[in-house]
Amino acid sequence: MIVYLLCFILFLVGIYGILTKRDLIKIILSIGIMGYAANLMLILFAYRNNSIYPILSEGKAVSQMVDPLPQALVLTSIVIELGTTAMLVALALRLYEKYKTFDITKIRRLKG
Amino acid sequence: MNKEPGMTLIVKTVTRISVWLIILYGFYIIFHGHLTPGGGFGGGVIIALALLNVLLAYGKDFTRKWLNIKLLENFESSSITLFLIVGIIGMAVGGSFLFNFIDKGTLFNMLSSGTILPLNIIIGIKVAMSLFLVVLALAAYNFDKGDEQ
Amino acid sequence: MPIEIWLIFILCVMIIASIAALEIKDILSSIIAIGVVGLGVSLSFLFLQAPDLAVVQFLFEIFALIILVRAFVKKEFHQHEETKNNLLISIVTIVVLGLLFLLSLPVFQNLPVFGQPLMTVSEYYLFHGALQTGAANLVAAIILDYRAYDTLGEVTVLFTAIIGTLSILKIRSKEKNRETSNE
Repeated sequence: MIVYLLCFILFLVGIYGILTKRDLIKIILSIGIMGYAANLMLILFAYRNNSIYPILSEGKAVSQMVDPLPQALVLTSIVIELGTTAMLVALALRLYEKYKTFDITKIRRLKG
Repeated sequence: MNKEPGMTLIVKTVTRISVWLIILYGFYIIFHGHLTPGGGFGGGVIIALALLNVLLAYGKDFTRKWLNIKLLENFESSSITLFLIVGIIGMAVGGSFLFNFIDKGTLFNMLSSGTILPLNIIIGIKVAMSLFLVVLALAAYNFDKGDEQ
Repeated sequence: MPIEIWLIFILCVMIIASIAALEIKDILSSIIAIGVVGLGVSLSFLFLQAPDLAVVQFLFEIFALIILVRAFVKKEFHQHEETKNNLLISIVTIVVLGLLFLLSLPVFQNLPVFGQPLMTVSEYYLFHGALQTGAANLVAAIILDYRAYDTLGEVTVLFTAIIGTLSILKIRSKEKNRETSNE
């Protein structure tokens, strides 16, 4: 219970960063924090007490393994997260080239 | 010496020796993906990090000369088609998309688990090439003028 | 020592590091603080019996750090002017997020207790996975056999993101084209 709450607080820190920060770099980092919290929450749901990792080997009982399904979902999610981070970085660099700043309140005025 | 791009001689020598070991380790992780932790995603990132090691140590001009960038781009674009082809062969053989049509083999063997091994290799190539190409594009980006050199 | 105490400790470190990453002025320091958060996630995956994810998260954290440092740590970028921190906006945001936290407390009481997951579909995967796919690693069996269609979609998304990044970086702006054509 308290683990879920702490993980939710981590997610809220990411939302706080997106809503209040003006620096584009800080916004990208906040999106990353939200992604970490979401992945960690899914894996927290999968844990079973006194169990082992879901990889078969000699002398391991199948009935004492953690849930492998959220692990499979999160494994693909991590990769997509990196792809989107690279895309956000490229967009931020393009914006810097055009407006010479990372401040979103100054980027907002349209020109050109 | 100082006019050469990249880092010092020590870093270059160590990189020249270690980069092949890192790539070998990446292939090990990919090929044992159905037996041990790892698989296509982890092994692909290890290979991309090995190529990135060369990029950091030697500079981007040498890396562009050393590697055939066009070939890497073709690998990157065609891997998704290979994935589809494996799926369509499954449809022809077993009647459903991505059917596991190769013999399963015995558990804990290297050549077991049917199509999981080829799909792991395809995903490993895909992840390695795409991540390395992104870093190469970022390195070629000129920050002051904002244009490719 | 129960695993829950370790997890609470790691999560507290991660929350402090993420707040530090958002509040520090220096860009390099905040990127390093993000690295602390990502490695904390990797460590928690290890405690939660997910070695696959721990390996992948560790490698991706290093890769993301290299991309961010390569892109943003340049001398002229540090000279961006000090934006005056609007205190009112921060306070209003914190109050609203606190209300959101309090209102979502009943949801967490209805969730399954930590350590006793719902295993309806997964029981089938655990008991039949080795026979039906022949793979010892059940996570690989799920992502590449039972749910390979999901993985195809994921590879498509990755392909689109990478193509988007490459085209954003390689496109030339209109002004540059005009200058070069005038020359």
